[in-house]
Amino acid sequence: MDDTLAGLLQVALLLVLLAACYAPFGDYMARVFTSERDWRVESALYRLVRVDATSGQRWPTYAAGVLGFSFVSIVLVYLLQRLQPLLPMSFGRGAVDPATALNTAISFVTNTNWQSYVPEQVLGNTVQMAGLTVQNVVSAAVGLAVAVALVRGLVRSGTDRLGNFWVDLTRGVVRILLPFAFVAAILLVAAGVTMSLRSGVDLTGVDGAAHTVPMAPTASQEAVKMLGTNGGGIYNANSAHPFENPDGLSNLFEIFLMLVIPVCLTRTFGTMVGNRRQGTVLLSVMGVLWAAVLAVAWFAETHPNGPAALAAGGALEGKEVRFGIPSSVLFGVSTTGTSTGAVNSLHDSYTGGGGGVVLLNMLFGEVAPGGVGAGLYGILVLAIVAVFLAGLMVGRTPEYLGKKLGRREVTAAVVAILTMPTLVLVGAGLAIALPGTLDALNNDGAHGFSEVLYAYASAANNNGSAFAGLTVTGDFFQTTLGLAMLFGRFVPILAVLALAGSLAQQRRVEAGAGTLATDEPLFGVLVGGTIVLVAALTFFPALALGPLAEALA
Amino acid sequence: MLSTLRRQTGTGLRLLIVLTVLCGIAYPLAVWGVSRLPGLSGHAEGSLVTQGGTVAGSSLVGVDPVPADPAADPYFHTRPSASAEGVLGPADPTTSGGSNKAGDSAELLDTVAQRRALIAGREGVATEAVPTDAVTASASGLDPDISPAYAALQVDRVARVTGLPADRVRDLVARATDGRILGFLGEPTVNVTELNLAVAAQRSGG
Repeated sequence: MDDTLAGLLQVALLLVLLAACYAPFGDYMARVFTSERDWRVESALYRLVRVDATSGQRWPTYAAGVLGFSFVSIVLVYLLQRLQPLLPMSFGRGAVDPATALNTAISFVTNTNWQSYVPEQVLGNTVQMAGLTVQNVVSAAVGLAVAVALVRGLVRSGTDRLGNFWVDLTRGVVRILLPFAFVAAILLVAAGVTMSLRSGVDLTGVDGAAHTVPMAPTASQEAVKMLGTNGGGIYNANSAHPFENPDGLSNLFEIFLMLVIPVCLTRTFGTMVGNRRQGTVLLSVMGVLWAAVLAVAWFAETHPNGPAALAAGGALEGKEVRFGIPSSVLFGVSTTGTSTGAVNSLHDSYTGGGGGVVLLNMLFGEVAPGGVGAGLYGILVLAIVAVFLAGLMVGRTPEYLGKKLGRREVTAAVVAILTMPTLVLVGAGLAIALPGTLDALNNDGAHGFSEVLYAYASAANNNGSAFAGLTVTGDFFQTTLGLAMLFGRFVPILAVLALAGSLAQQRRVEAGAGTLATDEPLFGVLVGGTIVLVAALTFFPALALGPLAEALA
Repeated sequence: MLSTLRRQTGTGLRLLIVLTVLCGIAYPLAVWGVSRLPGLSGHAEGSLVTQGGTVAGSSLVGVDPVPADPAADPYFHTRPSASAEGVLGPADPTTSGGSNKAGDSAELLDTVAQRRALIAGREGVATEAVPTDAVTASASGLDPDISPAYAALQVDRVARVTGLPADRVRDLVARATDGRILGFLGEPTVNVTELNLAVAAQRSGG
């Protein structure tokens, strides 16, 4: 079969699978967060940790829950790494050095999963399971909770209560992430992914040479790494390692896993606000962005312009034979459009155009379709800005879903949107100005600049993928990327919760003749235009210095 | 505000401990338990393949075999690995990763040219005949597969050195070849670990 046709059929199958899940899974998630009834295991859990599940929280309390939970999570993951020699199943792997341990703790708690270490050499099973796998589940559940709180702010009227963070967090874990991750993990083992508690296997090759291949509890982590849009590999090569992603089928399944929750959350949103077309408009914006980035990346990777790629006869450096180009770019575009950051091919070795658009995909604010929860609240904030801009054009106070967007709401939305560009531009600019950075680069010229820009884009967007040639183990990168991950996660979350609190207090206004219809294609165009415009205005100069220069060389 | 934060953090700590037991111990161990079932356990422990009772490799992990005498090289070779000391291999499977070199890298251009010349010399073909996957390092450094084109390129040499008929070797290549799953997922591949073991079995059998 023709390569392009095979690739297109693969995309079609992915879309069919997502479409089949859209209504049932989206509505299921809506029921999870609107149901009055607790499951028995949840009630037991609330009693155990002394949570009053019936009490609603104001936004500052909800936010304090997010911050407090994330803080103790960072402390626990840090301590587990530092105390690794004392933990069972550590296989003699020592304590992780403080800078790497802190960076990794922040990275996994913020749903970034940036990795500045070689996991199969540095971490044992206990840190992987009790530290990192836990955060893969709960950091995604935190994102879900924040998104649901914002939707409640839009739905509720005349109240200061957004729901209960502990209940939302627990339900996200117990009813969504954990059960589906369990099923996905078993399916991954069936597809060939490893799930071993041993440190490694010794083997004697056909040539008589002795080798040791590290083993790991891969499947349980792989499933939730994708489903929770985390992306932290249990092996250094991430989903390019054959134990994490053995063939074309596991590859497509992993792509499906990272897209399914963010895509279906637009249905959850539509169902919760009582107008499903509100959700489909946002989904269509996400879909168009994803498809456009995919088309450019696919074209660029099949039409390389770099001398080394031309000498090799194609852009296969950093790609696996079993995936080839279509399955690699489909994964790369989906991992940067969600906040996953897992890779099945090395983005650093992509062409200028291919690497440039996966970078741009993050710089859109990761809304195509975004991380678990983060994608939905991200695009809702952009929708609010789009409504505001449209209101400016006609000179009336804008409203979204019957809520007036006044100064407080627009300020919160703008803070949420501009945090990421600020972190990326300041971080990358600072790094490039430092003389030591040149030594950390793996490539020269425009591509070297792209490595730095990509690193801060990935950290500030909580993505976690990398132009991985960049050496990031120095103190400057460990610290500034750690801060970018922290601020990139929690400043927008605080702004979104403040926005939710402010929206919930308002009484709903009836739509008038001049109200902008937000459930029609025109609004989709407005939101898409806002996303592209914000990214273009903030990042065009930086992109011109890096990937654009390389692509046009 | 501060007391709210303190109280919420306390609740967070209690919940985190419970969720660590649930998601960090119960969940992975439950998956591990199910993975002990027949049909799954082979996959779970690394899809190992044996030769004469000893573990000779994993069908998922490609480590390039090194011939005792380079002039009489009986092996099919994997793709180059960026973790290897030489430009071709063998990889060190205790770690994984690629070169991260860009298409405009002068260093990569040089490496590709070296690989092309070495492989063309080894197989006794023109440099243009060497396919793309043979001169590029994979993302994992442990790619178990090569393209059918690279396998075909190596058939004559392997047949000559092993003394097996070329048609027999081609037949073994065909058996180690997988088409796209369902006809359209992934790419056609030839599994080098399995192929070399099949060739070795033929030699000792014949």
